[in-house]
Amino acid sequence: MNAAVLQMKGIEKRFPGVHALKGVELEIHAGEVIALIGENGAGKSTLMKIIGGVHQPDSGEIFIDGSPVVIASVSEAIKHGIAFIHQELNVLDNLDVASNVFLGREPLRGGFLRLIDNRKMHEETQVQLTRLGLEIPTSIPLSKLSIAQQQMVEIAKALSLEARLLIMDEPTSSLTLSETARLLEVVKELRSQGVGIIYISHRLGEVEEIADRVVVLRDGANAGSLTRASVNHDRMVKMMVGRDLDHFYQHPAADKTPLYFNVKNLRTSRYPDKQVSFDVGKGEILGLAGLVGAGRSELAQAIFGVDGALEMTITLDDQPLRVRTPQDAIKHGIYLIPEDRRHAGLITDIRIRENVTLPALGRYATLGLIAHERERQSAVEMCKKLNVKATSVEVKTANLSGGNQQKVVLAKWLSLEPKVLIFDEPTRGIDVGAKAEIYELMRRLAESGVAILMISSDMEEVLGVSDRVAVMHEGSLTGILERGECTEENIMRLAVGSRG
Amino acid sequence: MKKELGTFLLLVVLCIVVTALNPRFLAPANLQNMARLIGAYGIFSIGLGLVIITGGIDLSVGSLFALLGVLLSMMLTEWGWSSVLAVLVVIGAGMAFGSLHGFLITRVRVQPFIVTLCGLLFYRGLARFIANDETKGFGSAAGFETLRNVATGSLVGIPTPFVLLAVISLVMWVVLHRSVYGRYLFAVGRNEVAARYSGINSRNVVASAYILSGALAGIAGIVFAFYTNSISPSSHGNFFELYGIAAAVLGGCSLRGGEGSIIGILIGTALLQVLQNLVNLLGIPSSLNFAVMGAVILIGVIADQILQRRAS
Repeated sequence: MNAAVLQMKGIEKRFPGVHALKGVELEIHAGEVIALIGENGAGKSTLMKIIGGVHQPDSGEIFIDGSPVVIASVSEAIKHGIAFIHQELNVLDNLDVASNVFLGREPLRGGFLRLIDNRKMHEETQVQLTRLGLEIPTSIPLSKLSIAQQQMVEIAKALSLEARLLIMDEPTSSLTLSETARLLEVVKELRSQGVGIIYISHRLGEVEEIADRVVVLRDGANAGSLTRASVNHDRMVKMMVGRDLDHFYQHPAADKTPLYFNVKNLRTSRYPDKQVSFDVGKGEILGLAGLVGAGRSELAQAIFGVDGALEMTITLDDQPLRVRTPQDAIKHGIYLIPEDRRHAGLITDIRIRENVTLPALGRYATLGLIAHERERQSAVEMCKKLNVKATSVEVKTANLSGGNQQKVVLAKWLSLEPKVLIFDEPTRGIDVGAKAEIYELMRRLAESGVAILMISSDMEEVLGVSDRVAVMHEGSLTGILERGECTEENIMRLAVGSRG
Repeated sequence: MKKELGTFLLLVVLCIVVTALNPRFLAPANLQNMARLIGAYGIFSIGLGLVIITGGIDLSVGSLFALLGVLLSMMLTEWGWSSVLAVLVVIGAGMAFGSLHGFLITRVRVQPFIVTLCGLLFYRGLARFIANDETKGFGSAAGFETLRNVATGSLVGIPTPFVLLAVISLVMWVVLHRSVYGRYLFAVGRNEVAARYSGINSRNVVASAYILSGALAGIAGIVFAFYTNSISPSSHGNFFELYGIAAAVLGGCSLRGGEGSIIGILIGTALLQVLQNLVNLLGIPSSLNFAVMGAVILIGVIADQILQRRAS
């Protein structure tokens, strides 16, 4: 066999506080489709960023066509014939197809005038579109194309760069079924043309269909690989999870009251034709698991009234509620600790005090005027209760660590007697110590009678904290697991869309 | 206060320099006239400052002065309305236009720049049409002398517009820097998303800033109408919105929103008027007026940024 297009040996990468890659090996040949799978946080993106020249490995070797190389930058990766199709498309939708394909390296004419040779640009673009079997004019603006077509344009761009290795990150996550089928055809076609393809996907069905080999990452290390003949759904799931969990789960001390907070027929604009219904008991922590993009954050935002639900019936303690805006939700004691701490959870360039008191500023005011001392005392008290580490409440929240920022977000709501708390990725980017504190706090809140809905992509967290786990896949609820049935395998199976 | 210190120093230095070059700067008549103008400009600049703090802009103020001025003159001299009613109608109209801006910006989601640019064109045209393109005035002001006094009179030697500005500043200082509403203005201007997630009705907060700005423009409009006493609908108030924006920006309001103070806006307004005065007193050709202002504003803002960067 020829030398591999790309070979990676013993790749190590550490970030502050995280050992992201632990001696990862990867090899891919021309005309081969490798599926790279693993849970969120298994190290797939870090590995791809190393191939793409975004990150440098701490140690390990990379070979291209058998000779050792250092990929120091994105442009070097491109020179080596490596091209990326990102989950989030990098297209300029105000420009036409040809301009996108040749962006930054437009063919020129007219000497020093540096005019764009439009004819040549369109002709060469047409060649790539034909190669992909894509029948669209090269002069149509990208904004007029579907997401799937825009993605094809990106692939055309990669091909025109003479890519020999194409990395596709979750390429089908926003495609319809027929578009997905079309994309898989294109992938097969490229394979027969000798392009090596790394296909990253959570959709195991696609992986089964297309992969010549499946490489599984788990916790930053190779968890094994499967050849075409041995690829099957169960084996892949087992390889992706299969690790011992240190359980920090504490059984609820008090009996929870079931059906305390009910959500029925919730439809969001992201998945307008899917309905979701579930309930959270008083004193219960319901985990909400699923893959990125399953529609969990949209669900949380709809319940909180940020992004109006298309349809939703909610009852709290048998009282039907009307929630159209966050003000409505807050009035009923339903609070959201959003995923994007720095943009939605906090105003990072104002002080801790001002953030903490923002939702209930009226409480510290007489006739609309803020009583500063009362405001300050309350902020100090909440920060002490939550163990926020800062020199004073007058510090800007931008200067705090992730854990302390999250505690400030919590402090905003805890003084307001929550009835329902929705946590969206409560510990993302937070160090281990602060994580434990937040889990403990969640449990204490549940004990005090709060209904908690916890969205999390961190499997350990879902299993360790939840009393029950609801799982979503592409906008629908694929199942709710009781405590006894909560295993990584079961959750993964529901998360990738295979029911039961 | 730290943020305004730079502009304040610039103001002090400028005053000293002008005095040194032409001591008439300190003549009571000159100071009085300057105070009167600071009063009139300051009132609507505060309104613009509020709008800028929410991350918006209001370009329509100058044209609004023409429209309201023309209306005021016609109400008083042609239709024989009482002063009280005329004042209420002018301020009410300012607020009504402000709410229209607020509605278009927060509900129809048109950019503030566009909405108020259209306002700038629309109100100017309307003023010229209503006045039949004729210059309007107040004659001898028979029957509404008190009202004229607000613009042209004095209170124990201090020009009334300046007194008016002092009162309005005090009230607005409390509103902006001490009230729940003021905190919301800053919060929405800084980070609208986080404000919304904290349960603040950000659309209403933004719209209310335009309404307040409209009300203050109404008050300033009355002062300007009487001050000039001849309202040419095609030129009255031209560029005034830019003086207001310049004052707010010089005073530390960031066009990105979420930053600014009443004291800063006052200092900015004063700085602009001293500059105007400087052009007159130092015998600089008045045609250079705008060039001097533009240059000083630019230098002021750059100096301020350099100081900020040093500080952090």
